[in-house]
Amino acid sequence: MHAQEAGFLWLIPTLPLLGAAVNGLLGKPLQKRWGERPIGAIACGAVLLSFAVSVVAFLRLLGVEPRVLTDRVWTWFHVGDLEVEFAYMLDPLSAVMILVVTGVSSLIHIYSLGYMHKDGGYYRYFAYLNLFVWAMLTLVLGKNLPMLFIGWEGVGLCSYLLIGFWFTDTQKAIAGMKAFITNRIGDLGFILGMFALYWGLQRHGVSSFDFETLRAAAPQLAGDQIFGVGLLTFVTLCLFVGACGKSAQIPLYVWLPDAMAGPTPVSALIHAATMVTAGVYMIGRLNFLYSMAPVALGVVAAVGAATALFAATIGLAQTDIKKVLAYSTVSQLGYMVLGMGVAAYAAGIFHLMTHAFFKACLFLGSGSVIHAMHHEQDIRKMGGLRRHMPRTYRTFLVSTLAIAGIPPLAGFFSKDEILWQAWSSPHGSPVLWLVGALGAGLTAFYMFRLVFLAFWGECRADDHTKQHLHESPGTMTVPLVILAGLAVVGGWIGWPAALGGSNAFERFLEPVLGGGAAGEGAHAAAHGIGAALVSTAGEAGAGAAAHGHAPLEYVLMALSVGIAATGIALAHHMYVRRPELPEALAQRFRGAYRTIYNKYWVDEFYQATVIGGVRGLSRLLGVFDLAVIDGLVNGVGALTRGVSWLGGAIDRYIVDGAVNGLAWVITAAGSQARRLQSGVVQNYVLAVFGGVVALVVLMRFFH
Amino acid sequence: MAVGLQHFLFVSAALASLGVIAMVSRRNAISILMGVELILNAAALNFVAFARYGRPGTETPWLSGQIFGVFIIVLAAAEAAIALAIIIAIYHHRANINADELNELQR
Repeated sequence: MHAQEAGFLWLIPTLPLLGAAVNGLLGKPLQKRWGERPIGAIACGAVLLSFAVSVVAFLRLLGVEPRVLTDRVWTWFHVGDLEVEFAYMLDPLSAVMILVVTGVSSLIHIYSLGYMHKDGGYYRYFAYLNLFVWAMLTLVLGKNLPMLFIGWEGVGLCSYLLIGFWFTDTQKAIAGMKAFITNRIGDLGFILGMFALYWGLQRHGVSSFDFETLRAAAPQLAGDQIFGVGLLTFVTLCLFVGACGKSAQIPLYVWLPDAMAGPTPVSALIHAATMVTAGVYMIGRLNFLYSMAPVALGVVAAVGAATALFAATIGLAQTDIKKVLAYSTVSQLGYMVLGMGVAAYAAGIFHLMTHAFFKACLFLGSGSVIHAMHHEQDIRKMGGLRRHMPRTYRTFLVSTLAIAGIPPLAGFFSKDEILWQAWSSPHGSPVLWLVGALGAGLTAFYMFRLVFLAFWGECRADDHTKQHLHESPGTMTVPLVILAGLAVVGGWIGWPAALGGSNAFERFLEPVLGGGAAGEGAHAAAHGIGAALVSTAGEAGAGAAAHGHAPLEYVLMALSVGIAATGIALAHHMYVRRPELPEALAQRFRGAYRTIYNKYWVDEFYQATVIGGVRGLSRLLGVFDLAVIDGLVNGVGALTRGVSWLGGAIDRYIVDGAVNGLAWVITAAGSQARRLQSGVVQNYVLAVFGGVVALVVLMRFFH
Repeated sequence: MAVGLQHFLFVSAALASLGVIAMVSRRNAISILMGVELILNAAALNFVAFARYGRPGTETPWLSGQIFGVFIIVLAAAEAAIALAIIIAIYHHRANINADELNELQR
């Protein structure tokens, strides 16, 4: 089976790159000469064109079998047996990703036109944003692991640039650095995983990073060991460390809340919809490796579930509108990772997509609020905004319902699919389901707390802000409306079989991700991993598929909706009907409240342990450097100086003395000799005559 | 007392000495030139004397000496002509022909 060539795939990432190049290199004079319009037009045009090409590519993909399009641009490098191509590949998974990335990016670019209006760094902002889109598209379109890694690093860089976009504010610049460094820690794991994978493949004579080759060669690695653990377990766990960094999972999630220092559209695009899903995408892309490493899958699922619940609890007590959304993002990413961890890859990717819609909408909505409130982000100072900003309110409400998991909005289908798989998948367990469901209830609670505090009740802002409250301009509300629409209908393409649908989304992704748990069981059986595993996985997988419409699924579905509804009702009770209650509760459970209000002191803990440790080590090394290394260097320097001084003395007194002495002798001889040459010819004649006389006399007496 | 080779040589030596004295002691370029002429003539006298009396010991007349004498006379004439021309040129130039002041070439 040969993948079909499609020579236009390179356009999809390259168009935004061109936009970034033009705005980045010529943006300043352009902005000075013609204002913001050409900048915005170039940036939005590049992304919209890229979106159009993506749609064309998607339609092309639907018409080919097998569903893979490739575009080899050039051979990137060729070392030994290893040949890495600079090549793009479009399969159902990357098709979903590019549509989400370019689609959401287009909307957010348009939104940014209004949001960034009158910012001095307008051109810089759009250059970074376009560069980010390029990196993200390279990440999802890469045909091999190094290509994915280019994008992986590229999005990290753009994230850093955009978080610290207003870098004159030290806090924001530091937030950018924190994000970058935390991501680098994860990237170290990613690189190690990549190397270990290559090392393992080499031993079987396979020398390639191509995903297709990896997929074919992966079964050979099943029994391999490295450092006494399964090679695949090691590789997948290392790669998962990278995913933890990029997708903000415990323990590396701390950068994401701080990343809210960037402009709000950036939070929406990078830190909610696209970049942070890179880790989830990577696991989906390498699902064949993860499926063969049950231990790693268990870790992934546990981390995902823990993150989902943990971040949700922090979200309960935050007062900064963007911080609430940030913790909500961390929590939702936890769901995606949980889905991945129970080998329900399609469900994870499905949630990734729906989350991109409603979370982008929520962030843009919060941006619209912040814009109207003159950069006030504290929800305690908001309130009653629904009267002033009806469109923002309605779209925000729709997305909140979606994230809470209320049917038939997008979030319901994707989250429910993950929870169902967390229970029923061979890698799942009721505990995972319980943790996820609890998190879902908390999500519903804190999201509605946000809505009630910000949009309902009386406005608590000061009079000046109150008078200037206004709905945002069309460039900002139109993307909101579109995203809210997607948050409603986006889930319908994954309408589960249990509710009379066809689960088209999962079937579309089947060629890449396998048929969920059942397919995974079959996969394992086909490649003969340990017999016991095969039998359990195969049976359970088959069971899950056969009893797809089991009563249990309906019960769980109803339960999760019930939990979400309870969360909403509780939020309504606490923040609308009896607004004094939260304060009283906070007083009553002071310890618990302070713990989550201070985010479990995780940042402080890291500050004390990791950062303090690194600093202490640095100080120690600094002392060592100053005392020993510098001492050595300075000692050598002093020694050299001494030797040079000696050499100088020898040079000055002996060598120079000899040279000068010789010169002095010659000078002296010359000054004596010049007396002979008086220039008076008579003297010479006298000398000649005297000489002749002397000669004659000498010849007379000595001959 | 017959006149022998020694007498000629004495005269010649005296001439040459007078020439050297003239060359060394006079400042005037023409006087120096005259001293040079005296030395040349002393040499010519030597040649002619040796031609007449032969080399000491052989006593055989020797024609080469005569020819040298003629050469020296010709050369002295040419030399005097050139030297006088130079001296006249210098005189035109500087109105002075003192040899010790003609030191431009030293610099």
